[in-house]
Amino acid sequence: MKVSVVRNILEANDRIAQQNRDLFTEHGLLVINLMSSPGAGKTSLLEKTIDALKDDVDIGIIEGDIQSSQDAERIAKKGVPAVQINTGGACHLDGNMIRDTFEEFDFEKMDLLIVENVGNLVCPAEFKVGEDFKAMILSVTEGDDKPSKYPLMFRESKVLLINKIDLLPYIDCSLDRIREDSLKINPELRIFQVSCKTGEGLEEWYEWLRERVKNREVIL
Amino acid sequence: MSMIEIVREEMRKCDAKTLRSVRLNIGQMAAIVPDSLSFCFEVITKGTEMEGARLMMDVIPLKGYCNTCESEFEIKDYVFACPSCGDTNIKTISGQDLAIVEIEVD
Repeated sequence: MKVSVVRNILEANDRIAQQNRDLFTEHGLLVINLMSSPGAGKTSLLEKTIDALKDDVDIGIIEGDIQSSQDAERIAKKGVPAVQINTGGACHLDGNMIRDTFEEFDFEKMDLLIVENVGNLVCPAEFKVGEDFKAMILSVTEGDDKPSKYPLMFRESKVLLINKIDLLPYIDCSLDRIREDSLKINPELRIFQVSCKTGEGLEEWYEWLRERVKNREVIL
Repeated sequence: MSMIEIVREEMRKCDAKTLRSVRLNIGQMAAIVPDSLSFCFEVITKGTEMEGARLMMDVIPLKGYCNTCESEFEIKDYVFACPSCGDTNIKTISGQDLAIVEIEVD
């Protein structure tokens, strides 16, 4: 007997992500889902961003890793609330894992929550966690062919930070190609060229992010 | 896992005892490798009412709709622009699917 079903496999996750999002909205919180390959500089970007913004923006961080609490420890040193999620093998975070961290935060006292996803250019793009938008980092050492190889993540992200541009003189990587290919996939993509090592280009990212946090408050 | 839960729920609804097959729509741009999915399905259904069921996957092409000239088209080489008028104000109408379409049960 054949039975017609027609159900989205990710429906359960989408439902929880929406509940998370409703709660974030209630508290006027801007939530970013930060994704990249392992080692592209997610935690470094967070450290820099916290230093730059923490005087006028109250930030909280969720760190997603398969194993270890090193990242949350690095973030906690910056004096902001940080919760580590260990997925125990899973290659991405989902709505449920995010929900489980809620009691560790006081959302009333926060303006911005950044979720650092598990390092992976594939699966995290499929799973909503309740974010306002997804942001991704591509480091130039990964190569300029990545947008065409991993189109989904470039399509789903609102922001692309191209990191480690201080290394460009030493490698064969074309910024133009990264820009061109990612804008073909996502013409709306906001691109920042940065180096978390030297600080180059980060000021522009901070300004943009400050503006987003402010606008989030205005909408409410 | 979500897939197994949905199939189990649907089987319960129609009082089915065994599962013969599952038909899935997999978008061309979905982060799914059909062979890996089949392998995982085989491993986690072992010893259950779903053991031995066949997964049939239809790959759904990536298609767009142009909000400006209202044409529908296939998105080739991941260029998200309208081939007729060149506008980038388009939306994806298929190709990111990840859905269970049909199950066959006894």
